[in-house]
Amino acid sequence: MNLITFSGPPSSGKTSVILKTIKSLQKRGFKVAVVKFDCLYTDDDLIYKKAGIPVKKGLSGALCPDHYFISNIEEVTKWGVDNGFDILISESAGLCNRCSPYIKGIKAVCVIDNLSGINTPKKIGPMLKSADIVVITKGDIVSQAEREVFASRVNMVNPAAIIMNINGLTGQGSFELSSLLYEEKDNLNSLVGKELRFPMPSALCSYCLGETRIGENFQMGNIRKMELHNEDKK
Amino acid sequence: MKYNLNNIKNKVIGDLVKKHPYLSSYFEDNNFDIEKKENLTLKEYFEKFTEEEIEDNAIDIELQFQQIADFLNQMSEFLGQNENKVEKITIFPGTDKFGNPENYQKLDIFQGEIISIVGPTGSGKSRLLGDIEWVAQKDTPTLRTILINDEIPDKKWRFSSSEKLVAQLSQNMNFVMDLSVYEFIELHAESRFVENKEIIIKKIIEKANELAGESFDDDTPITSLSGGQSRALMIADTAILSKSPIILIDEIENAGIDRKKALSLLLSEDKIVLLATHDPILALLGNKRIVIKNGAIEKIIETTEEERKILSTLEKMDRTLLAYRTKLRQGEKITKIENEEK
Repeated sequence: MNLITFSGPPSSGKTSVILKTIKSLQKRGFKVAVVKFDCLYTDDDLIYKKAGIPVKKGLSGALCPDHYFISNIEEVTKWGVDNGFDILISESAGLCNRCSPYIKGIKAVCVIDNLSGINTPKKIGPMLKSADIVVITKGDIVSQAEREVFASRVNMVNPAAIIMNINGLTGQGSFELSSLLYEEKDNLNSLVGKELRFPMPSALCSYCLGETRIGENFQMGNIRKMELHNEDKK
Repeated sequence: MKYNLNNIKNKVIGDLVKKHPYLSSYFEDNNFDIEKKENLTLKEYFEKFTEEEIEDNAIDIELQFQQIADFLNQMSEFLGQNENKVEKITIFPGTDKFGNPENYQKLDIFQGEIISIVGPTGSGKSRLLGDIEWVAQKDTPTLRTILINDEIPDKKWRFSSSEKLVAQLSQNMNFVMDLSVYEFIELHAESRFVENKEIIIKKIIEKANELAGESFDDDTPITSLSGGQSRALMIADTAILSKSPIILIDEIENAGIDRKKALSLLLSEDKIVLLATHDPILALLGNKRIVIKNGAIEKIIETTEEERKILSTLEKMDRTLLAYRTKLRQGEKITKIENEEK
């Protein structure tokens, strides 16, 4: 089975792109399943179900979404292998722009949209910078010049990535994406021993453990302070 | 010289930037401040980061070396090549939606030609365009084959972000940036690393004003341009700045823009123009038109003499309509407009 990780900011069009891409993969005879990771709520699993695609959903709730992802992905992979899928797609939202759920040796696709503003590529961390394929959506709503500027900004932070424009509504471009996803040599039975492409941020302070009170007395563990200097009085 | 992970590490930043000025935009876009650090090698530069900074800014140093090398190689390839001109594309037949072979031998499209594409929604116009963009080699659902200048095309047309085969001008395009006309074009020019950008920006705005019914300035915010003005700006910008040799135009509304001039501007920049339109004035301006049905190219029609004659009648009607429009806009009463023809 091939595992493919999709991630991208909320509402960038991940689900639409994946749905359209799966259609093309199914035409080639592949059995494809999806596992959707989100934070508090998602009903995207129903959209996949409606399309007849086997789907599992994981909500991280009170846990850090990417930590939750990485502590579940091995079991999810096993589920995929046990059920005889050819391709398992994991879909997760990049919620803090710092993390990325990419694994070394597993194809990583980042979906981001033209409407998010041309400085966005600069703001997104490893999720964009270490992706193998960057899919840019919503190109139909902006001008040609903006599409070109946006793609060049993406290229600047991730020169090695294949950058593709896909229209999530019509599916234009999704056939082309589908032709890049499955590779015989990427087949795997287990993720054990594989590594994240980039370490997740360390965070262990009293607030992680449920503290709600404000003030220095209640802060313990990995705490960092902003540098605030008094404004010059003139 | 090709850079790689190993030979890039010990290069001095200042030397690299001097040799490849565009590298400074790389540092800027990746939030690396190199001011007063030009005398360091890349390795020394990244070694100065504390562990905390590395973690906070999510810096992957090995990946950075690789990416800087990739970026420089890409750019020198991009800048070094003499415009590899697309003089001709050839589309060999595939199949329709049901797997029946397409009914034509081959279709050659030459630089400077206008080709109209007609057919109902869902007939396969987008797929045809997709095939061209992806330079299909019997590896798309239609099994068509596309050649460029009679050769099997380079894969770069598929994967390069800076060299796309097709640029698209669509009817419903919006500007989502809050910039003036000048700043906007400047941004585009910078992303294409053009030399003498001031001259090019001036030329674009000048040409756009020739196309637009109502003129605008350098410092007009793009979001306050009218529909016609933004289309004019986008056409001038695409004609002059976009590297794509093929321009697809998805309908251009008649209002506020001189469409004939717009097409001739595109052609003067050596583009191939594909027009997806059902507007008879536009469609008949094409040298040929492709009729799409059930996913296949059903017919290729050369524009006939008779059609050209009808076109000029249509254009006359169009001008009359426009003249009434202008009257309205200028607050005049509508009275009969005398036909300028005797």
